[in-house]
Parts: sequence; C-alpha cells; structure tokens
Amino acid sequence: MTALKLENVNKSFGSVHVLKDINLTVEDGEFTVFVGPSGCGKSTLLRVIAGLEDASSGTVTIGGDVVNAVPPAKRGIAMVFQSYALYPHLTVKGNMGLGLKQEGQPKAVIDERVSKAAKMLDLEKYIDRRPSELSGGQRQRVAIGRAIVREPKLFLFDEPLSNLDASLRMNTRIEIAELHRTLSASMIYVTHDQIEAMTLADKIVVLRDGRIEQVGSPMELYNNPANRFVAGFLGAPSMNFLERSVLGLPEGETIGIRPEHLALSDKGQIAGKVTHVERLGGDTNLLVTTDAGETLTVRVFGQDPTEVGAKVQLAFDPANAFYFNAAQERIFDKAA
Amino acid sequence: MNKVRSATRTTIAAHAVLITYTLIALFPVFVIVINSFKDRRAIFRDPLGLPNEETFSLIGYETVLKQGDFFLYFQNSMIVTVVSLTLILLFGAMAAFALAEYRFKGNRLMGLYLALGIMIPIRIGTVAILEMMVSTGLVNTLTALILVYTAQGLPLAVFILSEFMKGVSDDLKNAGRIDGLSEYKIFFRLVLPLVRPAMATVAVFNMIPIWNDLWFPLILAPAEEVKTLTLGSQVFIGQFVTDWNAVLSALSMAILPVMVLYVIFSRQLIRGITSGAVK
Ligand SMILES: Nc1ncnc2c1ncn2[C@@H]1O[C@H](COP(=O)(O)OP(=O)(O)OP(=O)(O)O)[C@@H](O)[C@H]1O
Ligand SMILES: [Mg+2]
Repeated sequence: MTALKLENVNKSFGSVHVLKDINLTVEDGEFTVFVGPSGCGKSTLLRVIAGLEDASSGTVTIGGDVVNAVPPAKRGIAMVFQSYALYPHLTVKGNMGLGLKQEGQPKAVIDERVSKAAKMLDLEKYIDRRPSELSGGQRQRVAIGRAIVREPKLFLFDEPLSNLDASLRMNTRIEIAELHRTLSASMIYVTHDQIEAMTLADKIVVLRDGRIEQVGSPMELYNNPANRFVAGFLGAPSMNFLERSVLGLPEGETIGIRPEHLALSDKGQIAGKVTHVERLGGDTNLLVTTDAGETLTVRVFGQDPTEVGAKVQLAFDPANAFYFNAAQERIFDKAA
Repeated sequence: MNKVRSATRTTIAAHAVLITYTLIALFPVFVIVINSFKDRRAIFRDPLGLPNEETFSLIGYETVLKQGDFFLYFQNSMIVTVVSLTLILLFGAMAAFALAEYRFKGNRLMGLYLALGIMIPIRIGTVAILEMMVSTGLVNTLTALILVYTAQGLPLAVFILSEFMKGVSDDLKNAGRIDGLSEYKIFFRLVLPLVRPAMATVAVFNMIPIWNDLWFPLILAPAEEVKTLTLGSQVFIGQFVTDWNAVLSALSMAILPVMVLYVIFSRQLIRGITSGAVK
C-alpha cells in the first residue's frame, strides 16, 4: 500500500504560485526526505500534506483515502515542528497525551502509550516537568514523543534538528533513524541540510522553486544527477562546475567534477594556483583558482602538505565527470 | 572593576530617577489621603501636615458613609468597570485573533475599520448615543454605560492584541490543530495565555478612564440608583460650599478598588512575561 500519494498538487497564495504540479508517491515504511534551498516550498508542501493548508488543486491521498477535505487531526498524521511547538501550560505527559485525549482514548491507553514513548526516548525522568524546564534536545524529544504516541500512518518532520547544536544534532539524527527502524513507519522529513538528507533517506525528493527536480535514493542522486542543480545540491563540498578551464569543451557546455574526483598530479588536465587550504585532519580541502580564472575545490584524503600560493596540476578521470548543456540539463551520452 | 563600578553608578542613577518620579506621582494621592483624616480647619491651615491628636478627625468618612448610597455607588462603579473590561478583553481578543490568524477577503480593511475608533473620540457621538439609549429605553441603566465603555475600549484593544497575536508561533497553533483542538480551544488555551501581558496592558489602559469617567454617567445614568462613584462624589462639591472632608474621604476610598484591580493585572503581566513559551 502507498502511504502517501500526491497527484498534480498546486498551491498558490494569492498570485504567488508556490507549489507547481507536484506528483509524488511515498511507499509504506519509506523514509522520504524533501530537500531544497530556502523558500522552495518544502514546508508548504508538508503543510498541504498535513492539511494545515488546502491545496489549490490536485489530490492528496494518505493510506488509500483521499483526504483533501479531511481536517488535520483525522488524517492519521503526526507532525514535528522546527520550533518544537510544545504546549507551555502542559507537562511532558500532558503534551504527549493531548492528541489521544482529544481523540477520546481511554486514560489507560493514553498512560500506556505515553510511558512507552517516554521510555523509548529516555524521557521518563522528566515526565512531570513543563517545557520551560527542559533543554532544547529534551524538548525536541518530547515533540517527537508527541508524534509517536498517536501511532500515525505518516510522520511529518519539518526541519526538526535545525535548532540543535552540532553534536546533539548528530545524536538526534541517529535516534530518528533508529526510531524509523523500530516503528517501521512511513516518514517525511524536510531539511535543507544535505548530510541529514543523505544519511536518513530511503528516497530523496529535490525541490526547486516549487517544482520537483528529481526523486531517487541518495546514491542514485549522487551518482546520477539529472541536472546541474541536483548535482550541485548534493555532496559536500559541492561539485565544481567549469566552463573554460578544461580544453575541448564545446561552447555553452559545463563540466561537473566532484572535489573528491580531482587529484594533485604532475601532469593534469587543469592548471592553477592554491588560494586557500582547509585542514580537517581526516582530509584536506584545497581551493584552487585555475589559470582560466575559475575557482574549484579539491578534496585530498589525509593530510596534505600543499601550501597557499603553490602552483598545482589537477587530474581527473573523465568517466567521473558530468556534462551539462546550456539549459543546465545533463548530457548523458557524453561520458567516456 | 571599572565596568562593575560604572554599572552600579548607572543603577543608582536609574533608581534615583525612578524614585523621584514615584514621589512626584504619589504626592497628590498622599495629600488627599492625609487630609481626609484631618478636620476642616486643619486642612486649610496646614494642608501638608500629617494628622495629629489635635487635628485627627474621621468626620469626612462619617459624612460619606452616612450619605447612605455610597456603597451602592461603589458597587455600580465596580460592576461597570469589571463588566466593561471583561467584554473589551473578550471581544477585543476574539476580533484580534480572527484578524491575525485567518486569511479572508477584506481582512486588512476590517482591521483598519476596527482601528479607526482609536482616532475618533467617542464623546463626539454623545448626542447620537443619548438618542439611541432613549429610544432603546436604556437610559439610567448600568447596561448603557457598559455598552458605551466597551465600544470605547475595543478599537485600541483589537489593535494592540492583534499585533501581539501575530507574534504567537504558528507552529504552536498548528500543533494544536493536528492534535485535534478546536479553534476555540486553540484561542482560549494556547493563544490567550501567551498574550497575557498584552491583555493586562489593555486592561490597565482601559480601567482608569472608565473608573474615573464623569461624562457618560452624568448624561446617560444620572439616576440615584445607578450613580457611579465619581458622579456620586459630586454631591459634596457645591457651587458655593464644598464639603472638603467628604470629598477627600470619598476620593481616598475610591482609590482602593482600582489599586486592587491594578495589582491583579500587573501580577498577570509579570507572570506572562516570565512563563517560558515556545522555544
Ligand atoms: N502564508 C503565505 N502567504 C504568502 N506566501 C507564502 C506563505 N507561506 C509561504 N509563502 C511563500 O511560499 C514560498 C515557500 O515557502 P516555504 O515556507 O514552503 O519554504 P521552505 O522551502 O520551507 O523554506 P525554508 O527552508 O526557509 O523553511 C516562499 O517563497 C514563501 O514566501
Ligand atoms: Mg520551511
């Protein structure tokens, strides 16, 4: 069964067309991530799925039922917000149980589900505290717990980790991945952090300007981007795009080479000068300005002694390069 | 070290300014209260002196209380003020929520229309209001006063509260919707507690003018059984003779209930500010 199906969904705010003809299927138990730059419509799409905004046209189907006219509480979804959005006047227990109470579940069921979720999220000690007495990470776990207890058909996460600091973000990311494994629930996760997208997703949906650019597994998108936007969006540091520095490239075409596919060599295809060095310990990023005046990033594994100002030659395997035409679409038959 | 010292100096300076201001503001009140405990001659001979054994007198309070209807006036003022404030806060907050939360045609225009009353003093419409009250038979009722004060307070209340409500996190309201709370519950349980400081501000701003108003009670409800305190106290102020003892005592007593209300609202104000909200 499909957890979610969107068919020709459009959304306009007045004259602003925010979502343009979105078609998407999310299978049962799938972890789907929406990525895209700020303002591309990720949150709006999530809110349309949740029922917090009505779609201007198109159908939204959750678990086999068309839900266009169903209020958010009856769609079988639960949502976790970026700002946690905990009820300030309720305790952790009250926050997690409110949805069930509104559904009219008996108290025994509520207590059981809340304590199960609290145990899963390591929140048992804080069960009687109010949100203002919790740390940011704990609040976000309460927000996740509030979603879990409702046992929804579909979980929606809107940038749940962006208010947490780096180390907490990694831990919570792992917790969410584990949660997905234990619950084997369908989840949709919005982020603009491509590491979260790559590590969590079964399926990534790349959005730009309210349109879906490409859908696929993280490795599919990484190895086989459909256009320059997707190629540049996934992977860190991001792909280098060159127009002039490589000989023999037709006018208007762009070559894309990932930083890890470039190597320092005595006799490479590209010549340039190092302008900046970032030593991360595990690997070293070199910023190089080519003789043709373009800037690119080279990722060298391990610790590299190259200094700023050094003249370097860069080599790459043409099989690893991507070619894009003037319309920024990928040229597929060009490689090798 | 230097920084600490200059910080203390700023604190002292700030407190000095605040204390001076407080003294100036409280001085008239202080004079009224001490003189209300003195006999008539002492009031005029030594207006700033504290009451002593010789000059102490409760004659003013006795006159006021013997006047009999004083408690009724008191009660009338209290009813008018409390009911008007309740209505202003309730309807003002509801209108503000609708304007801040929902997208509908004419939202902007509606907001502007509701705010227009801030700029137009309601007293300009006194004659029309009186005519309306006469034809609806509301003259000489507390209802007339309550309606007028509610109308007078609403524009500013809607304006201030809708600005504050726009600041309440959308995520919180949406979380409530996903949990199945009705719009009423979202309004009363989630939004209102978060705008409590603004509600308290609106309440304080409206309370004093309503309590002190002489104009509308005089015009709309001058009958004995619906007189408010301010209007009632006027009997002691005559064209030729004024019973200063009684006037000062009545004023002193009139301060009390406003002070009680103020303490209640300001506590709400502080609690609202300190309750950690969304993040
Ligand atoms: N209520 C609204 N009225 C008008 N325009 C809106 C409204 N909500 C969103 N938009 C517009 O829709 C576009 C998409 O907004 P959305 O919040 O979905 O972006 P996003 O992809 O979630 O961005 P971010 O990563 O910054 O959260 C933006 O250009 C925004 O200005
Ligand atoms: Mg967003």
